[in-house]
Amino acid sequence: MYVNRSAPHGTIYAHEGLEVVLVGAAFDQEVSMAFVGDGVFQLKQAQDTSGIGTKNFAGAYRALADYDVTRLYVETESLEERGLTVDDLMPLTYDDEGDDDQEKSLITLIDRASLGQLFEAQDVILNF
Amino acid sequence: MKFALMINQGPYTHQASDTAYHFTCAVLKAGHEVFRIFFYHDGVNNATRMATPPQDDRHVIDRWSELASQHKLDLVVCVAAAQRRGILDEDEARRHGKDGDNLAPGFRISGLGQLIEAGIEADRFLVFGN
Repeated sequence: MYVNRSAPHGTIYAHEGLEVVLVGAAFDQEVSMAFVGDGVFQLKQAQDTSGIGTKNFAGAYRALADYDVTRLYVETESLEERGLTVDDLMPLTYDDEGDDDQEKSLITLIDRASLGQLFEAQDVILNF
Repeated sequence: MKFALMINQGPYTHQASDTAYHFTCAVLKAGHEVFRIFFYHDGVNNATRMATPPQDDRHVIDRWSELASQHKLDLVVCVAAAQRRGILDEDEARRHGKDGDNLAPGFRISGLGQLIEAGIEADRFLVFGN
């Protein structure tokens, strides 16, 4: 599991963290991502970096489904604390082959306590 | 037990590399194996041969090189993060037409696959960062 705690810009952790996920996806492991704290901003829609001259890598989150990364856990408390709702986030979806190609959301909302339990279930946790 | 470490901060600015170093020493002293230590983000800056810190303080880079030599540790620096930050071995320098290389002894440059493999192979995987 990749835990993302950083906003998309201002530090490199979000960008380089995503690179690990995309490279790691080739290794046939069970991969999920958690977005907590300022990490929830990574999934915010309508990002535009033209004002700060940095690479806008928000589009890469749409590629995650192609790499079989379909579980993006977003912590509800982190959203609330930042005045965000799920409607502020990118509408990331994928077609679930295992379920009649139904269109599903990549994003799963999860509360803090449940996320803690989810961490316990992981074999490897990377922190960005 | 097999341990793997990920170090995400550079030397001196942040304690991550120090803590990871002392942890590694403790792990080895307790008779465990360190499968790999992977340097990512600014952690790649732990691998520059050019550091010349003041003599009355610990030499974070040399300390890693020495430990690696003593215990045959696999210190791996991520190629993408290294390119961004100007940490190069001879091959990388040649490939990118740079007029010098700076990788410290005991370190090698490789891909993120080495990090993933470390996570898979180790019994315990620790991240040292912010």
